Amino acid sequence: MGSEEYISRVILRRKIVNILMLGLSSLTALYGMVWLFWILADVVIEGFSFLSVNLFTNDPTPPGIEGGGLRHAFVGHFIITFMATLMGVPVGIGTGIFFAEYGRHSRFIRGLRSITDILVSFPSIVIGTFVYAFMVKPVGHFSGISGSVALALLMIPVIAITTDEILKLVPNSLREAGYALGARRWQVIKDISLSAAKRGILTGVILGIARVSGETAPLLFTAFNNNFLTLDPTQPMASLTVTIFQYAMGPYEEWHGQAWAASLILTMGALLFFISAKIIIHGFRRR
Amino acid sequence: MGKKDKLIEAVTASVLGFFAFSVGFLFPLLTLIVLFYESLPAINRFGLIDFLTGTTWDPVAEIFGALPALFGTLLITFIASLIAIPVSIGIAIFIAELSPQKLKPVFSTAIELLGAIPSIIYGMWGLFVIAPLMADYVEPFLQETLGKIPLLGRLFEGAPTGVDALTASFVLSIMIIPFMSAIVKDSFEMTPALLKEAGYGLGATKWEVVTNIVIPYALPGIVGGTVLSVGRALGETMAVAFLTGNVHQIPLSLFDPLTTITVTIANEFTEADSDIYLSSLYYLALILFILSFGLLMFARFFILGRLGKRWGAKSI
Repeated sequence: MGSEEYISRVILRRKIVNILMLGLSSLTALYGMVWLFWILADVVIEGFSFLSVNLFTNDPTPPGIEGGGLRHAFVGHFIITFMATLMGVPVGIGTGIFFAEYGRHSRFIRGLRSITDILVSFPSIVIGTFVYAFMVKPVGHFSGISGSVALALLMIPVIAITTDEILKLVPNSLREAGYALGARRWQVIKDISLSAAKRGILTGVILGIARVSGETAPLLFTAFNNNFLTLDPTQPMASLTVTIFQYAMGPYEEWHGQAWAASLILTMGALLFFISAKIIIHGFRRR
Repeated sequence: MGKKDKLIEAVTASVLGFFAFSVGFLFPLLTLIVLFYESLPAINRFGLIDFLTGTTWDPVAEIFGALPALFGTLLITFIASLIAIPVSIGIAIFIAELSPQKLKPVFSTAIELLGAIPSIIYGMWGLFVIAPLMADYVEPFLQETLGKIPLLGRLFEGAPTGVDALTASFVLSIMIIPFMSAIVKDSFEMTPALLKEAGYGLGATKWEVVTNIVIPYALPGIVGGTVLSVGRALGETMAVAFLTGNVHQIPLSLFDPLTTITVTIANEFTEADSDIYLSSLYYLALILFILSFGLLMFARFFILGRLGKRWGAKSI
């Protein structure tokens, strides 16, 4: 066997391996896309077929009686998420500012930041049990506000980490220019860092809300559920996610249909939040 | 500089510092203490070893053992990772090295969207769409083929119901792929172009550059990302809550229903009618806390932390 023939054979083998393995990688990407479109297609098709005006305007009817809706869950979901945002956003942004502006050279504070980063991936159900212990157990009943606290605790790490990362993108020379003009630290933070990073921080807030708006586990034993519309946050409150859980596990066909419709709204909401965050941050990075 | 300025300065610093200290230290510590305190009755009654190895979960007799739930959690996470790891690496290779520059953000965003879908949607979709498919087609097919192999066949015994270890792991794997592939892709993109060009300059094919240069360079990132995803999968609740059946048994086959720590807590927490029952559920939550926090800490400090030093300040 001539050496030239041997070499060309080796090259051919390498080329075949190359094409084969890269083809396999492309297939895995296709695999990921297939699930994305499959889930979205099912949610959209099934969801649309059960969507109706009643869904938004009516409260639930007993199974078997036409015309029931999920108004209580939409309203409850909004209230719980809104209160969580009110609590979570200031603390989240404040924490992020501290990490970026005060903590860059301290090992201890960088340690705190790493733990906050871990909390982003922390099991949300454990947070539910934690909030149950000091907000539900002592009072003796579930409440919407305890659900909001659980969601806020989930939201804070997400917002803190994004805020920190965005503030790190603000060039130090800008801050130094502020100090050179005699500004104090809080003035530099307020007028230079924050005003330069506004859009990025907004992204963090949106991502934080998106993260908690689809959460179910921490609400199961805090806000619990309610078959009636309530605006009182000290009472048990229905949410879309817990309602989907209850309805999908339930035995009635119409419950399943309403669960699909609620899933459509929930998924579209989450994706809308996510995409708008992406668009905002894209504008920020470009600048 | 006036007194007022100094006051504002001090107040800002201490308020922000208090926030950060609360979030990064007090909150996790308090969670640990509360979980421990609430599980004390169960800890006193069952001890550590007996609880971890106990296979009975009987609320009526008030005997609680965590082994089925613990085993279920680990099993489902393990199978899901087995599926997700190669797929995530493949996706990362595709996005980082193969896709045309202009399409890169499109593919990245599409995979990230998969991660933005709420986990309860995965669970419900798994129950209504995937479970019937598994029960009617995939699982009988597996029984006909792999089930005929001696020894290995035992994994595929039992009535295919679709609500079992296999389906739960499978849906969980789809859920962790976006997270895992994002981290792996980020670490791939850290590879200096110079190194890759050197490889191409020597006549290496793209695949050879990927396996000999990019993957070794990104290995700590791949390992870290994997451990991080596993830590996240351990605590996932809603995606699997529909699909395990919540049966407190150690599954002998992939087609057996089972339970996990999260599913047990989700299903039984509000129904716990005795103090020891609730306390045992808190004990499970404590175990989950330690497992997942430990794993995430390990990934963050020992793998990604070292990586950060090597790659400079850029964090993943």
